[in-house]
Amino acid sequence: MSASVPALEIINLRKFFGGLPATQDVNLQVMPGERRLIIGPNGAGKTTLFNQITGDFLPTSGQIKLFGADITRMKPHERAHMGLSRTYQIITLFSKDTLVHNVTLGLLGLSPARWNLFKPLDHYQEMEVEARRVLGLVGLGSMADRLVSEIAYGQKRRVEIAMAMAQKPKLLLLDEPLAGLSAEERTTIKELIAAIPRETTLVMIEHDMDTALDLAETVTLLHYGKVIVDGQRDAVIADEKTREVYLGH
Amino acid sequence: MKRISGALFLAVLCIFPLFAGDFYINLASQILIAAIFAMSLNLLVGYGGLTSLGHASFLGFAAYASAWSTTHMGLGVGTAAIVAILATMVMAGLFGMIALRATGLGFLMITLALSQVLWGLAYRWVAVTNGDNGMSGLARPMPFGISLDSGANYYWFTLVVFVVAYWLMAIFVSSAFGSALRGTRDQARRMSALGHDVWMIRWITFIYAGFWGAVSGLLYVYYTKYIHPSSLSITASAEGLLSVIAGGSGTLGGPVVGAALLIILKNYASAYVERWNMLLGFVFLFIVLVLPEGIVPGLKRIFSRRQGGQS
Repeated sequence: MSASVPALEIINLRKFFGGLPATQDVNLQVMPGERRLIIGPNGAGKTTLFNQITGDFLPTSGQIKLFGADITRMKPHERAHMGLSRTYQIITLFSKDTLVHNVTLGLLGLSPARWNLFKPLDHYQEMEVEARRVLGLVGLGSMADRLVSEIAYGQKRRVEIAMAMAQKPKLLLLDEPLAGLSAEERTTIKELIAAIPRETTLVMIEHDMDTALDLAETVTLLHYGKVIVDGQRDAVIADEKTREVYLGH
Repeated sequence: MKRISGALFLAVLCIFPLFAGDFYINLASQILIAAIFAMSLNLLVGYGGLTSLGHASFLGFAAYASAWSTTHMGLGVGTAAIVAILATMVMAGLFGMIALRATGLGFLMITLALSQVLWGLAYRWVAVTNGDNGMSGLARPMPFGISLDSGANYYWFTLVVFVVAYWLMAIFVSSAFGSALRGTRDQARRMSALGHDVWMIRWITFIYAGFWGAVSGLLYVYYTKYIHPSSLSITASAEGLLSVIAGGSGTLGGPVVGAALLIILKNYASAYVERWNMLLGFVFLFIVLVLPEGIVPGLKRIFSRRQGGQS
């Protein structure tokens, strides 16, 4: 893959909810392997932007490209098969199932086995082994057979990441992976994210600048659905407009 | 333990006609037919989270298709069965395309509306369905030349179909596809983000449920040797839904227990109480209040709590 093709390219993206603009002429380029942080105050349109990248919402106009391919009108599941994966700000897991089943559903989503009407899911040894391995990576190996409803909030955050990581995505969108965590839990999750291999391009939303900043190389500041500042981390932090948005509130 | 009790139960079902009278044999056949119908609806309601109020469409359509192709087209009962099942599956595919534009209440209303269209057709399209008079004089199949005219023989035939249906549906829900189906019930949005085609999963399930609904419809029309528009009515659909909910949706045994309860109540209560529908209502109200998750999961919960208390 040539390095000149962006992992993610967003061109003149617009989204209106009724008359309300949620995304206004957003242009964005994320290069392969990059670690991008998207920041902005509440209601800046960060999650709305993610939802358009994943296909949960269709944009009013504009274009989204994944490794050069136009995915603007594709269904969410088709984008997943092109190497896109995400986590959710609000935990979205299968709470009545075990951790290993949760991660296996992620593996199943990309496997042709998902159309098998006869072979039981637990007979797919290789998927189960892989799911357990990934759970081990996020430090939940010993809890793989517990139900999601039985584990702590911070552990659920780690399952969210494990589900996405198991899919070995080319582009991973993390929506506030540190939300609601204690200082100690933040450190573990940060280490986990830092350990994600470079084959995976990362785009991460964090509301809280301080904690997520050292994970990022580049930063995009969104405000009222617009890109205010975009560039290298230190340049964005030093920018006057960043201070205005953050300190002005 | 579970396997042994299952095998014992099956053995009792097999020898049941040897000691039971005709009335009870026929009652048991009715229960098995209603159970297949309820189990097929449960694939949508319990495993797919898609509550349908039009499942009688499949039962009734297959029954009419079989009756019509034997009487009007002169097909043999066996050929007619295949034609009826295939036609019902095509219809399920079309109905699914319309109904699956929505989920939840919207899905329920569309399935209801579609089944009402069929019900209306069955009443009014007299040339094909014979309207309110229904179609009578139908024959039962003769598998391997064995006559199924006796109650006991027909019971055994139904039992074989029931066992195969139960077995295949058990395989279906524990399959990789079945796991994905349950995923779409619990977190549809997450499932599509993980790469699962939620719509396609639901559509395939809709057709599969239609297939088993058609099988129950054939068993039904062979049993009664008669078909009337009322088998396409909202009451028929609602009875199936009641069986699923009362017995326990999303479990394999639940709809069977629910269907047994429904048929027994219908047959017994109607002999003693004129307004048996009201009695049925009270019984189901009681179940919903005392065991809101349904009889099978409810009893399991009570039983395991007892055991937990002892140890």
